[in-house]
Amino acid sequence: MRHVYGWLLLMPAAILLIGFTHYPTVATVFSSFFSKGTVIRPSRFVGLGNYESMMADPIFWEVLVNNLWFAAGTIPTSIALAIAMALLINKALPGRTFLRMAYFTPTILPMIAVANIWLFFYSPDIGLIDQILSLFGLPGHNWLGDPATVLPAIIVMTIWKEAGFFMIFYLAALQHLPPELEEAAKLEGASRWYYFRRVIFPLLMPTTLFVLINAVLNSFKLVDHLFVLTKGGPNNASNLLLYYIYETAFSYFDANYAATLTVVLLALLAVMALAQFFILDRRIHYR
Amino acid sequence: MIAAATRPKYWSVSTAFETLAAWFLAILWIAPLAYAVWAAFHASEHAINFELLAPLTLDNFREALSQAPFLRYGFNTFVLVSMLLVSQFVICTLAAYAFARYEFAGSNIAFALVLVQLMITPEILIVENYGTLAKLSLVDTITGIGLPYMASAFGIFLLRQAFKSTPKELEEAARLEGCGMFGILWRVYVPLARPTYIAYGLVSISHHWNNFLWPLVVTNSVETRPLTVGLGIFGAPESGVDWSIISAATLLSVAPLIVAFLLFQRQFIQSFIHSGIK
Repeated sequence: MRHVYGWLLLMPAAILLIGFTHYPTVATVFSSFFSKGTVIRPSRFVGLGNYESMMADPIFWEVLVNNLWFAAGTIPTSIALAIAMALLINKALPGRTFLRMAYFTPTILPMIAVANIWLFFYSPDIGLIDQILSLFGLPGHNWLGDPATVLPAIIVMTIWKEAGFFMIFYLAALQHLPPELEEAAKLEGASRWYYFRRVIFPLLMPTTLFVLINAVLNSFKLVDHLFVLTKGGPNNASNLLLYYIYETAFSYFDANYAATLTVVLLALLAVMALAQFFILDRRIHYR
Repeated sequence: MIAAATRPKYWSVSTAFETLAAWFLAILWIAPLAYAVWAAFHASEHAINFELLAPLTLDNFREALSQAPFLRYGFNTFVLVSMLLVSQFVICTLAAYAFARYEFAGSNIAFALVLVQLMITPEILIVENYGTLAKLSLVDTITGIGLPYMASAFGIFLLRQAFKSTPKELEEAARLEGCGMFGILWRVYVPLARPTYIAYGLVSISHHWNNFLWPLVVTNSVETRPLTVGLGIFGAPESGVDWSIISAATLLSVAPLIVAFLLFQRQFIQSFIHSGIK
């Protein structure tokens, strides 16, 4: 009887999850083996044809490399800032409530709103950054219009948005550290930096891994800001994989090539999932 | 006592330095939002020149509201978020109860399959999911935006943890009192999992209030568009750029969430901690 009840209770969730997660995953892989159908030529099986054209597609490689730079640019800095913020808030500094609010607020803003605010900062000549530069007699710059500066500009904005979110996890971890550790370090006359480097940082390692994996996932899932800031431009210099999938499907109407690109994204996510499963769950060793 | 006496002097010097650093970082962090708030209440020509003493005005809000139906967008977002919250609570509670208390055949495999959704969220599969919605004729409906998120692996996971930590003796006692399967769930498990419901609820509300890509794909009319999509269209450079009006529109879109956050700051932060640690 408990088997029947168990499955009945699970039924609503199971139907929805199969319908919107498992079935579309399989269907995406399936559709990546078919050519784009047109009125004259119906869709037909092409085997790995779409994957071959993907390998030869310079935009695919560009968005993939952009995504890696985006991840490499945002993650280490956000994590370092998040640790610093958590350490600062964890002490009873004056105005602690305000500090925590200030660090955390960007996290609850939608990425679209963040992009709207930062669009002004980056706009040429009248934007905040160019106005500050002009105070020092430096010339203005089209930050989002220049392929060399567009990705760094987006990276800075994303760091601002995400550091406070990661801070939360470090804050939780710090609050679970035994207070005797700091007493002991003080008695031994250990310097602050030594105490951080040899005691705190290693103890935060499980949190760092958890945050790291989530940050990598986010860097592949978060493309909202591109709709407002750059549309992936100029000339794909700020385009990311998921945005390219969206463009391929809903601007170029090539659902099969979009499916092929989605398979790459799914494979990347699967690697992350396995990493989380095998590294995170095996617990980190403290020396 | 000894610790206090032998404490080296540089610890207090460094505390002063840390306070400075913390405040500098906090001001840097709050500045973009503070600027947006300030600009929204000042005329554009003053806002872009940083005339701090320029007169206050509400014209930007009036102008933003006349250019786009933000109140309607806000209503749509409210309907979407409440619908999702209620259906997620119901669907995830039932599934979590099954996983926590019914060791049914295949439950381990089923649970692993549920967790897949933590990685592969519905917006990654926009093409196929859009096709599914089209088959159900749910494109451009609020139900269509919500449907793929109603069963949430994250919610099932959190609630299963909470239900598992509920003492079994309470269930036995309720059974002796004559409670059935749903009676036990409703009178024992749900009340005891209250902190988890609050935590999950807050995370869900802020996530779906802010979600953009999937609603953008699904909606194409004023009657269904949520705030983020309305704001994304509004802010598009083609529609002419007036920073003060865009700031006002941005504030209108995020105000309810920001106000709620400022009022319930502690609960919000605790919820994010609670939901992330597991």
